[in-house]
Amino acid sequence: MALLEVKDLSIHFGGVKAVQNVNFSVDSGIVYSVIGPNGAGKTTLFNLITGVYKPTTGEIRLDGEAVHGKSPNELARRGMARTFQNLQICMNMSAVENVMVGAHLRLDRNLVKAALRFPALRKRDAEMRNEAAGLMRFVGLDKFADARADSMPYGALKRLEIARALAMKPRLIFLDEPAAGLNPKETIEVDHLVRKVADSGVTVVLVEHDMKMVMNLSDRILVLDYGKKLAEGTGEEVRRNPDVIAAYLGAHA
Amino acid sequence: MKNTTKGLVIVAVILAIVPFVSPNSYYTDLAIRMAINATIVLGLNLLIGFAGQISLGHAGFLGIGAYASAVLPTHFGWHPLLAMGAGAAVTAVLAGLVARPIFKLKGHYLAMATLGLGIIINIALRNEAQWTGGPDGMPVPAMSLFGFELSGDKHWYWVVAALLLVSIWASLNLIDSPFGRALRALHGSEVASQVVGVDIVRYKVAIFVLSAVFASLMGSVTAHYIGFVSPNFADFFHSIELVTMVVVGGMASVFGSLVGAVLLTALPQALATFEGWETVVFGAILMGFMIFLPKGIVPTIAARFGKGE
Repeated sequence: MALLEVKDLSIHFGGVKAVQNVNFSVDSGIVYSVIGPNGAGKTTLFNLITGVYKPTTGEIRLDGEAVHGKSPNELARRGMARTFQNLQICMNMSAVENVMVGAHLRLDRNLVKAALRFPALRKRDAEMRNEAAGLMRFVGLDKFADARADSMPYGALKRLEIARALAMKPRLIFLDEPAAGLNPKETIEVDHLVRKVADSGVTVVLVEHDMKMVMNLSDRILVLDYGKKLAEGTGEEVRRNPDVIAAYLGAHA
Repeated sequence: MKNTTKGLVIVAVILAIVPFVSPNSYYTDLAIRMAINATIVLGLNLLIGFAGQISLGHAGFLGIGAYASAVLPTHFGWHPLLAMGAGAAVTAVLAGLVARPIFKLKGHYLAMATLGLGIIINIALRNEAQWTGGPDGMPVPAMSLFGFELSGDKHWYWVVAALLLVSIWASLNLIDSPFGRALRALHGSEVASQVVGVDIVRYKVAIFVLSAVFASLMGSVTAHYIGFVSPNFADFFHSIELVTMVVVGGMASVFGSLVGAVLLTALPQALATFEGWETVVFGAILMGFMIFLPKGIVPTIAARFGKGE
């Protein structure tokens, strides 16, 4: 059974059908990419699956369990993590604290124990701080170990989001344009990072415009256009698909 | 030693010295009121500065605590500690009940809703004259702990100083914990905190209730200390004063809460010569801070010297 199954998923904003009857499934352990022209509905699809939007119709199943309509924090409990195209970093916190927030569900969140400084809670928190520092090394942010989030450059913040998502120890991670706005050197580094994440056993769903990166990483690719599924398959299949070529190059079929 | 630990030690030393250098009971009284305000502002800063939510009705909760300590022992013969606990419990239930619908609102709407809540509590206290003495207020019986009656500045000073110190310690612990990080994260980015599993409404409600209970307990303490309560405790202007203390001292700064409370408690005393114009000067100072020092005193100084709290 597939880890993630999406059936006939649609969302309408007033008269705008941002996502229409999209079907696909993601097997465990692969890198699955979603591509398409700007405005094709890729981020909307991510927002639907991660619970930020509620679908108008359709089903989303995670490990067979129907999860559509569940809130993002309930989905987080089920091992779903994501990053954002437009950064969502907590600028009022340090870099390592941002990563630690990712481990929210893995820590003791009791208010009273925290206020009274229970030793077990402090110890676990100190361990988590080390683990978060380790995750920052993993994504290549060693030199920002003690930085405040609001003092970091854009490219570093993109990776910080990935580190935060990994701190959840997710089964499934959604990366929304991790290379957007990065220079070619940084893009290659992110490419390697996504590969490392996938190799660590996390299933990756990727939205990305950098075609080289997509073709390089993806086991399967979904192509969206105007909110509809245009094609789905391996990189090779998608690349040869005449509809895809038409959508990207604007040729009339 | 960490900066926060240093800060805690410095505050403890200052609190220990004050009664010995205070020339007369006027200054001891001022110190007590500073410490009471600082404790309330600490709780309010957790809500406003750390979690990024506003409350313009906190004096209402203070009023509930104060009146619980006045009404229950006077009319029903309750022990003051029990009355204090009951006030806190009523506050917790009320704050919890209104918080869910209130936190569906944001920004101006949240401010308006909390403002309305504070005003309703104030009106109730004014109108239920057979219990509360109405606009005239009512006397509050003395507080006794384990057969020992608390009376006079010296007793109360040590009580409020201890409460303040414990509150600072607990706030510092809370901020640097999974619970506290979740609060700060939902301030920084609601959607990011949701997708890592933070149930944001639950956290907003929890911190609102906690800060309301802080205010209620300190309302009870104030009532016993002064020995009298009036609806002014729950006045809208008092809510604004408390928020101003948070802003002037510094949002999301524990030690800023202390500085804000100390300065703005002293200010009306210093302005007493401007009879009738204190409120105007107070307003001008608030505006000045908003324009020239929006981050508040402590965070601005901390940034200048390149180290955080």
